[in-house]
Amino acid sequence: MKTLIKEFTKGIIKENPTFVLVLGLCPTLAVSVTVANGIGMGIAATFVLLGSSVIVSLIKDFIPGKIRIPCYIVIIATFVTIAEMSMKAYSPVLDRALGIYVPLIVVNCIVLGRAEAFACKNNLASSFFDGLGMGVGFTLALILISAIREFLGSGQLLGHTLIKGFEPIFVFGMPSGALLVIGLLLGFFNFLKNRKT
Amino acid sequence: MKSNLIVSGSPHIHKKASVSRIMWTVVISTIPAGIAGVIIFGLDALWIILAAVIAAVSSEWVFGILSKRKVTALDGSAVITGILLAYNLPSGVPLWLPVAGAIFSIAVGKAVFGGLGQNIFNPALVGRVFLMASWPKYMTTFPKPFSYDAVTSATPLAMLKEGKILEHIPYLDLFFGNRGGCIGEVCILALLIGAAILLIKGYITWHIPVTYIFTTAILTYIFGASRLFHGDWLFHILSGGLILGAFFMATDYVATPLTPKGQVIFGVGCGLITAVIRLWGGYPEGVSYAILMMNAATPFIDRYTRNRIYGT
Repeated sequence: MKTLIKEFTKGIIKENPTFVLVLGLCPTLAVSVTVANGIGMGIAATFVLLGSSVIVSLIKDFIPGKIRIPCYIVIIATFVTIAEMSMKAYSPVLDRALGIYVPLIVVNCIVLGRAEAFACKNNLASSFFDGLGMGVGFTLALILISAIREFLGSGQLLGHTLIKGFEPIFVFGMPSGALLVIGLLLGFFNFLKNRKT
Repeated sequence: MKSNLIVSGSPHIHKKASVSRIMWTVVISTIPAGIAGVIIFGLDALWIILAAVIAAVSSEWVFGILSKRKVTALDGSAVITGILLAYNLPSGVPLWLPVAGAIFSIAVGKAVFGGLGQNIFNPALVGRVFLMASWPKYMTTFPKPFSYDAVTSATPLAMLKEGKILEHIPYLDLFFGNRGGCIGEVCILALLIGAAILLIKGYITWHIPVTYIFTTAILTYIFGASRLFHGDWLFHILSGGLILGAFFMATDYVATPLTPKGQVIFGVGCGLITAVIRLWGGYPEGVSYAILMMNAATPFIDRYTRNRIYGT
């Protein structure tokens, strides 16, 4: 049980996919304009991670080593299609906001990385918690980045105006602002890590 | 101490120059343009310059303490950043705008790279581009010269872009600064006085400014009009921020190439990008983007124009 909790928590802080592994930056940069988008993207990615990790760890003994990557992609694509269709059915607004980045979860490095680096070597329970932890870590990172960007770039949080008379800093709503925020946060987390050791 | 070295191609001769001495000389050389800006646009311009300088120096001080480095707030480099940033703003902006720009200049343009001498981009231009992208509404509203109130006018380059130049603006008006524009860029005469101080003192060399202005002039002469070789090149030299950029910002010690050959490449590149943006780009003016792009290319230029070691 203790190791399972460790598998879960490592994805949130020690091996955070965005700030420590620096994986999956493309969706992070693209969809973190508003917190709502960030949460939507995080949940979709978590669902895909969870599903693909579980299936890969279940059938890892039947997958021939030489064609394992195509097999992972097929499994991941299945879950991405499920996520995309559900999103289209139940929250078309979010689907329109995320656009191409939902189908692109198929090639998200975090999902493929966990299948290749973890799920194909570990049992069902640890893979489940690893996938969940990574998904939660990714979602939290997205929420942090998109909260900073939404507040500075439009003066709002989740669509509510916080401070009246605040002149939005447009640059944070643009791609350059995304790179700026992620760069500064990466630097900040590295600074914290270095100070600890 | 790294910060006390003025590195050029060897051989080196010792000279009584230090970072702060040079920086304060540059400050003095920018004063004529500032006075001209205040005369042309009124006291608003003075408050903007002061706000930018104070914000730049105090954020330099704060980041010096936070990063536990030697505090370089009083060596003049932050003062220069503040002054150049303010010179790149229209005089009608609210006072928090230069403050925000100066803090961003020092924090993101300089401190995150490791302080004085480590920045890869000109900090003042980083601040200006940040303000331009964040609050375009304020950054493109230019008060009319000598009106001292809320009357606005377009810059000559913006009028050219929109095809609205009806009558010819006299070159002398452009030369003395009787036109819409940023605080420090309008009076070419004052800028040239400051540039002369720097050139006579030997703190900048002719390579970057001359090649920069020359390239822009040639390109706008060839492609600037509907017929080839009929462009108004003198108009392009005298309008916009070309003179300010070429003499004061493209010659920043840190973010430009070290060797004369590299500086020529840098100047030509700046001129090329400026002309391309002015003639075919979306913005009326391209000086700040040109210099920033060539700043980014500086490490490569330095690598390929390295001096041959004597005897090899």
